[in-house]
Amino acid sequence: MTRDEIAIAIKDIISQIAPDEDLGNLDPKVRLRDQIELDSMDFLDIVMELRKLYGVQVPEADYKELATLEGCANYLEAHLADKELHCASNA
Amino acid sequence: MRSPKYYRGSSDGRRPLAGDPVAKVQSHYDVVVVGSGLGGLTAANVLARNGHRVALFEQHYNLGGLATWFKRPGERTETGRGQGHLFDISLHGFPVGMKKTCRKYWTPEIAGAIHRLEGVRFSNPQFDLETDFTRADFTRLLVEHFGLESARVTGFYDTLAQMDFFDPPNATIGDLFEEHFPGRNDVHRLLLEAISYANGSSLGDPAIAYAIVFTNFMSQGIFTFRGGTDWLVRSMRAELLRHGVELFHDAPVERILVHTREPRVTGVLVGGREVRANVVISNANVLSTVQRLVGEEHFDVDFVRQTRAVRLNTASCQVYFGMRASQGLPWITDLLMDSTAPTFASEALREFPGHSRTFSFYYPSVRPEGPARHAIVASLNARYEDWAPLDQPSYEAKKAQLAEHTLAALERHLPDARARVEHVEVATPRTFAFYTGHPSGTSFGTKFEGLDVSQRLPEQIAGLFHAGSVGIIMSGWLGAANYGAIVANRADALLHSLVQAAEDPHLKSPL
Repeated sequence: MTRDEIAIAIKDIISQIAPDEDLGNLDPKVRLRDQIELDSMDFLDIVMELRKLYGVQVPEADYKELATLEGCANYLEAHLADKELHCASNA
Repeated sequence: MRSPKYYRGSSDGRRPLAGDPVAKVQSHYDVVVVGSGLGGLTAANVLARNGHRVALFEQHYNLGGLATWFKRPGERTETGRGQGHLFDISLHGFPVGMKKTCRKYWTPEIAGAIHRLEGVRFSNPQFDLETDFTRADFTRLLVEHFGLESARVTGFYDTLAQMDFFDPPNATIGDLFEEHFPGRNDVHRLLLEAISYANGSSLGDPAIAYAIVFTNFMSQGIFTFRGGTDWLVRSMRAELLRHGVELFHDAPVERILVHTREPRVTGVLVGGREVRANVVISNANVLSTVQRLVGEEHFDVDFVRQTRAVRLNTASCQVYFGMRASQGLPWITDLLMDSTAPTFASEALREFPGHSRTFSFYYPSVRPEGPARHAIVASLNARYEDWAPLDQPSYEAKKAQLAEHTLAALERHLPDARARVEHVEVATPRTFAFYTGHPSGTSFGTKFEGLDVSQRLPEQIAGLFHAGSVGIIMSGWLGAANYGAIVANRADALLHSLVQAAEDPHLKSPL
């Protein structure tokens, strides 16, 4: 997966968790929870979906790395380099 | 030899159980869940949905723990037996966050059944008022009714919003109130009384636990499930079965089994059978888990000491009033915090027979599809020690005294209550201990320090998790369900790493 695909993957997971949020204009540098309604339980769900869909383990100490879309790409780039993007909604 | 098993159906006597409740159990699962309170149910559902093989054992014949209900026959009349009664133990209520939790970890239908209570009322010598239990309405009341400056009220809510769970929990609820509203016992009562009934909080508990729970409620008020607890638990059961969870009721787990040298869980002993599992999630009380199900000998000395220092939370009494079908109930409110105590002290809520209780009014709108039933459930905070030592005649007499005392309190709000009531019944901390197996019949898990013990279990014994009511915040409908999901995530991570380790011989097993 490329960095752009990682952002797509994250947004696809969020669209399952928070179906009422508009994810079209997210700023990749701004904290997700400052742009849409996401609480700490939702981040836990993102981590659980990443594990289920792509087999990537994010330790609890690293959850803070996923605060922005850019942070997600930075943190997950190495983990997901050899993984194919597939959407949670179709999984 | 299997020991004889009994229904834990009634404190009046245990009926022998026909058949073997675990006859169909298999020898191995990925996950065994011990107990079917909301935390256990939610953990089981999340893990099964993630593809793990899950078995759940419940000692009672119903799933749900304290998310439960019971039925009683109506009175016999000339034309036959009257319409029966149905009592919900804990349906009213929870914060709006439960909608999202149910949508994510259960089904859209369950989330869609959540509705806001229409009426919340306080009635005591200091004030008598209606509220929707939101920040906006409390702000209005604190300014207009209690005469506070709005800046002071805003300052209080700002402080709550800024409190961080990871700050040391030094300040108590009492400190918080005295700092913001010094000497205003009436304000303290408005802010804490309902929360004390909801989760057993008292003024000496950490302010952070209060801030989290109170802020959750203040978001949009108090909510309930339309359809009743029976519908809810039936819906959850169907969802668990759909995901392949194997459910066993009347099946008390005797031991959680541990491989001593490593140390890790190996499974459970239930109905005299050994059932193996890589993960065991206990939804029993955290002290029962360590001391009775696993055994202190499997833990570090320091951890055992820490566990022994955990205080159980407050217990409860309830008084159930089933109304005559011919009379029903006029609209009073949904939830009434009623007290004749001149001032507020959270500890005094536990006194017997006491001056304070909350009434939950159940109208036919709770179950629009069912017969038009009306019921009132009074809940009181209580002490197990006040009830435990009584012999049977004294116990019955004390229950009758509580029923009469509570009916008299109800008459202040419903003057002809006595003529309307057909069925009266009392539950005490002994009743709760009997039905749930909780030590001291506690209804609200443990005080704050129980959370750390609960979360540290997997450090002590790999694969052992706890997802029961602890620490005040992981309690009640929302706290319990969310804690189930939090623990399921940790268990899922462990199971995932076990699979990875099995696939890659160079990786060291995490167990």
